[in-house]
Amino acid sequence: MLEFIFQNPIISALIALAGLGLIFGALLGFAAEKFKIEGDPVIDQIDSLLPQTQCGQCGFPGCRPYAESIAEGDAINKCPPGGQSTINAIANLLDVPAPELDQEHGEEADVKTVAYIREDECIGCTKCIQACPVDAILGAAKLMHTVIADECTGCDLCVEPCPVDCIDMLPVATGINQWQWPAPPTVNGLIATDRTHGSSSHGGAV
Amino acid sequence: MQEVAVILVSSVLINNYVLVQFLGLCPFMGVSKKLESAIGMSAATTFVLTLTAMVSYVVNKAVLIPLELEYLRTISFIMVIAAVVQFTKMFIEKTSPLLYRVLGVFLPLITTNCAVLGVALQNAAKPLSFGHASLYGFGAGAGFSLVLILFSAMRERLAAADIPKPFEGAAIAMITAGLMSLAFMGFGGLV
Repeated sequence: MLEFIFQNPIISALIALAGLGLIFGALLGFAAEKFKIEGDPVIDQIDSLLPQTQCGQCGFPGCRPYAESIAEGDAINKCPPGGQSTINAIANLLDVPAPELDQEHGEEADVKTVAYIREDECIGCTKCIQACPVDAILGAAKLMHTVIADECTGCDLCVEPCPVDCIDMLPVATGINQWQWPAPPTVNGLIATDRTHGSSSHGGAV
Repeated sequence: MQEVAVILVSSVLINNYVLVQFLGLCPFMGVSKKLESAIGMSAATTFVLTLTAMVSYVVNKAVLIPLELEYLRTISFIMVIAAVVQFTKMFIEKTSPLLYRVLGVFLPLITTNCAVLGVALQNAAKPLSFGHASLYGFGAGAGFSLVLILFSAMRERLAAADIPKPFEGAAIAMITAGLMSLAFMGFGGLV
């Protein structure tokens, strides 16, 4: 048998190649089992960049469904509460160019707001409680409601359902918790990543 | 020890696979736009090169030479490379999903990186020991990483530089690569 194989180079070539193919196939099959991936870790990373307002302005029921949709290739500019900084962060994470915010889904608010219920006008209809995506409104039927300011994400979703229009969106007072160092001054020497991320409009004189 | 140093210097600088032997130019041009992805690509290619040099050495010595099938080197080495790249793809997808996304199509395209096949074939043509063959593979990968990272750093600078309109983009990248290649030719007299 062995002699026959050695005397016929074609057969030995076939056996050698098929054998190698089988060995590599088996190794790859083993590796595929060993390095199996459960879920998509990118979704978690995108989700952590989204503002978690759960406002639904992007057209998805919340931030995580939108993160899943981005991971499958959806546009990254549908999040008005996050604004341009969130778009830039996601673009940087996914290594894609950062688009402008899609105006169809709303405009970026200049200041962070929080809902405030004028409590003496509230009739206790619970409609705003059902609308709130983060359960930041306390109250019961025919009893006065109020907003937990720390939980409120400022998504505006409770304003529309209120039959007596007693909810105001007030700007958050800037206290010691919100204060930040001012941004460093921009330097003239651009680096290449500035262009692709679109954060600066003045490039080199072309 | 001296041999190790000579092999490394020779494969990283003197016979640099990209700038002196002109192998593996496609990822050199394709993945060098951003430093981060260039570093990822360098690591992946070095990994593939070292592993391929080892496996192809074993395949050559244990299967092809005893059976007098040296004429099957190219096809069996391509099979080795395809398997190693597939393994690397699984490995990176598991360990660094972001790098996997950034590299995208260039990861499976390591299979067609001629530097990988070039190292395997050149090693098979030389009388080397297993350790030296894998060292050649690693040296080739290190040389590839060195020039790819240098080149992508330069291209990041070039993107913001004031370049005459007709030279923008690929044109200035080609010129830069040519000048780098000239510089690497200078290492020819090192040993």
